[in-house]
Amino acid sequence: MNWASWSDFFAMGGYALYVWGSYGVVFGLLAMEIVLLILRRRSILQQLDRMRSAARRGLQ
Amino acid sequence: MYVTPENTAAGQDRFVGHSSWFRYSSPQTFYPLAGKLAPWFAVAALLLAAAGLYLGFFVAPTDSQQGEAYRIIFIHVPAAWMSMFIYVIMAFWAGMGLTFNTRLSGMMASALAPTGALFTFLALWSGSLWGKPTWGTWWVWDARLTSELILLFLYFGFMALQAAIDDPRRADKAGAVLALTGVINIPIIYFSVQWWNTLHQGASVSLKSAPTMATTMFTGMLVMVLALWMYSIAASLMRVRCIILERERDSQWVAEYMSSLK
Repeated sequence: MNWASWSDFFAMGGYALYVWGSYGVVFGLLAMEIVLLILRRRSILQQLDRMRSAARRGLQ
Repeated sequence: MYVTPENTAAGQDRFVGHSSWFRYSSPQTFYPLAGKLAPWFAVAALLLAAAGLYLGFFVAPTDSQQGEAYRIIFIHVPAAWMSMFIYVIMAFWAGMGLTFNTRLSGMMASALAPTGALFTFLALWSGSLWGKPTWGTWWVWDARLTSELILLFLYFGFMALQAAIDDPRRADKAGAVLALTGVINIPIIYFSVQWWNTLHQGASVSLKSAPTMATTMFTGMLVMVLALWMYSIAASLMRVRCIILERERDSQWVAEYMSSLK
């Protein structure tokens, strides 16, 4: 085990800014990409749904 | 543009429909397959990332020269590798699209570009945060860093070019030419540390010799590479499904799919 305590772990031997600055931004942006993809899918489905009901109204 | 059987949606599916090799090159058949696969790749990415981070932070020992700062390696190297892998795969699909005129190939290339650009940015970002404590500078205009920055601009150029062309098939072709031309940059990035004097260290891992790092460090890094592979596959499958729906919105199968969702 490398760390005596959690605060030791978070301190990263004095390199906390660099280590956590790397990992935080990487995982933050990857999570954001997935959220954006879910939102993109949702908006396409809504749009297609509107197109479909508009077409159905046109037929009546 | 004149209409040939190959560049209409129906003609395309007829053109590729009979050969099993090309079966999944039809967006209509690939769409549900991608939907089934994506969650599995996402779960694999999460599990591998958990294992990789555990190895990287709790098993791998402190580096004798760099102290704990070296732990950036477990995300920096995998992100940098992915930035190059994804570019090559993107160019491969773009080239397939040019050669076989299959619609899905161009969609795959477009789906990969944002994820590739993201990893290129993350490689530069984590590299910068690693450079400051070890080299004393956030950035230096040396061959490795500059060629990786050019990779970011290639991704941006590809996406901007595709976004600027209204007809998706023409956008695919123009993007493919750019993507294939840019492949020359990949060996330049890879060999830059050998060809030029650079601050960036040489490869710690090569096919010819044993890695010049502790086994646990090396294993942790490889597990993180696998995690990012799985992530990239999941993200690009999710994105290609969006692109398929956007581009095929007027087709019969999308209409039927929309009714099936209700």
